[in-house]
Amino acid sequence: MIKAEHLYKTFHTPHDVHALVDVSAEIKAGEVVVVIGPSGSGKSTFLRSLNCLEEIDSGHIEIDGIEVRHKRTNINKIREEVGMVFQSFNLYPHKTVLQNVTIAQEKVRKRSKKEAEKIGLALLEKVGIADKVNAYPENLSGGQMQRVAIARSLAMNPKIMLFDEPTSALDPEMIGEVLEVMKTLAKEGMTMVVVTHEMGFAREVADRVIFMDFGKIVEVGTPEHFFTNPTHERTKLFLSQIL
Amino acid sequence: MVQKFKSILKEKHHFSWYIGIAVFFLVIIVTLFLILSASKQIDYSWQWYRVPARFFTNEVIKSDTRGEIDSITIEGTTAVIEVKTEDGIETFRVPENELLLKRGDFVAPGTILAESKKLKPGILLQGLGLTLMISLYSSVFGIIIGLFGGLARISKNPGLKWLSTIYVEIIRGSPLLVQILIWYFVIGTLVNDNLSMMGMSKIPPVGWGIISLSIFAGAYVTEIIRGGIESIPKGQMEAARSSGMSYLQAMVHIILPQAFRISMPALTGQFISLIKDSSLLGIISLRELTKASREIVSSTMMTFEFFLILAALYLVITFPLSMFVKHLEQKAKIK
Ligand SMILES: Nc1ncnc2c1ncn2[C@@H]1O[C@H](COP(=O)(O)OP(=O)(O)OP(=O)(O)O)[C@@H](O)[C@H]1O
Ligand SMILES: [Mg+2]
Repeated sequence: MIKAEHLYKTFHTPHDVHALVDVSAEIKAGEVVVVIGPSGSGKSTFLRSLNCLEEIDSGHIEIDGIEVRHKRTNINKIREEVGMVFQSFNLYPHKTVLQNVTIAQEKVRKRSKKEAEKIGLALLEKVGIADKVNAYPENLSGGQMQRVAIARSLAMNPKIMLFDEPTSALDPEMIGEVLEVMKTLAKEGMTMVVVTHEMGFAREVADRVIFMDFGKIVEVGTPEHFFTNPTHERTKLFLSQIL
Repeated sequence: MVQKFKSILKEKHHFSWYIGIAVFFLVIIVTLFLILSASKQIDYSWQWYRVPARFFTNEVIKSDTRGEIDSITIEGTTAVIEVKTEDGIETFRVPENELLLKRGDFVAPGTILAESKKLKPGILLQGLGLTLMISLYSSVFGIIIGLFGGLARISKNPGLKWLSTIYVEIIRGSPLLVQILIWYFVIGTLVNDNLSMMGMSKIPPVGWGIISLSIFAGAYVTEIIRGGIESIPKGQMEAARSSGMSYLQAMVHIILPQAFRISMPALTGQFISLIKDSSLLGIISLRELTKASREIVSSTMMTFEFFLILAALYLVITFPLSMFVKHLEQKAKIK
């Protein structure tokens, strides 16, 4: 489903940072991959390079069999199939909850307003926000906002969902409700790449875990492998700090 | 508003609050008194009673020759007046029911032959209308220019970026008065002369007035819109793009609506400036509010009355707008 080969990315401002160094990974359909690593290790850059929010310097990315960086590839078409959920929700503040969920359906998927609303309402119900469809994002709690953001992505019927620390901006008591939605999604067979510090989620849901440090993939393995006997010293150190 | 005022009056206040109020009224009264007594000193004769006629006048038809009315014949609703002058007979046609003179009356140039009962806007109101019309058109065009200017300013295309930057710097770096002169006397001459050589009609001065103000306002609106767009968190664009929207779609549906809302107070402020700036257009013989007032002053010598009224009229337009800005800012603060 996703194939990344030898990705390199260096940021030049304010000074040179090697955010991605020879990163390769393959993610199969229906797989849930959790990416962990210390701050600044390139997790977000990797995730964002997959849907071209971040332009990489070199490497190949293939999504659903299409070379993302090919000149003739319409990146908007790729993005229709790849949902993204951000740490800071990024809901549209000038639109109601329902409009947040319908706008891309109407403008990109070209669904009628009625159809988009029907799909939107069903998804909002699924994530447990059915009673707030006409509210504006500013009147929601963090957990509610993130669940709306997930519904907004799902409304496009993506084949892949990318999550960049979806619970890091939430108060502890709201983390559970968002993770719950993500677990359901995983069970339904969605292909997911999740950057998170929630080790419980990784242990329970992930098929594979990727550990990154200094822009490199240090170790890949099953959750059991990671939480029982990780190979690398750096992995051990990181896990001992975070657990 | 009224509610707020009432509640202020009801509250109990500290002694110094009343002193403050007293000082406020004292300053106003003393100022008015000084103006009045100073004008007495120079024997200025205030003639406020002559003011209303400049707001509304009765339409009149005047004679332009000297002679004696020879005959008046009624043709339906029209009265045909024949005046015997030194060089023969001259004819005037006026509405029959507005006729003021009769057969045998003598007329001179300026003598009023007929006066309509209906009031029509006087020179002052006409000027006010022109000022409002020009400001309104210029704002609309200014916003359109500024919208594209703002988008060009943040564009990754260096050509667009430089062009818009140069545009903004040139316009903001030179006086509006000079710009108006250049638009009318330099560019206007070039364009109009070429137009008439090609057999097309010229762009009238009011057109050049609107063009110069639109281009001027457009530069400021460009910066307002750019600021508005840049104040929207980057995540908004990323969320929109990652859902498959094109740059244009994301701009139109997600970024610009928010940017406009944020820019509303600044845009209204720009509209207020535009109304005031239009007072410079008299230089290209547009009889807007200021020019109209100056013409009235030079024909009536009522300098004090009409220049004070002029200022008051501008205030009457701009004050509600600036209250609107305050309201918007207040609302933004609450959010
Ligand atoms: N737009 C940018 N400009 C310059 N440097 C950047 C930019 N984005 C990321 N970086 C740098 O690239 C490196 C990797 O960043 P990235 O955001 O991918 O890390 P991360 O693993 O997601 O960290 P975190 O856990 O803090 O989110 C960091 O050193 C960061 O400072
Ligand atoms: Mg990150």
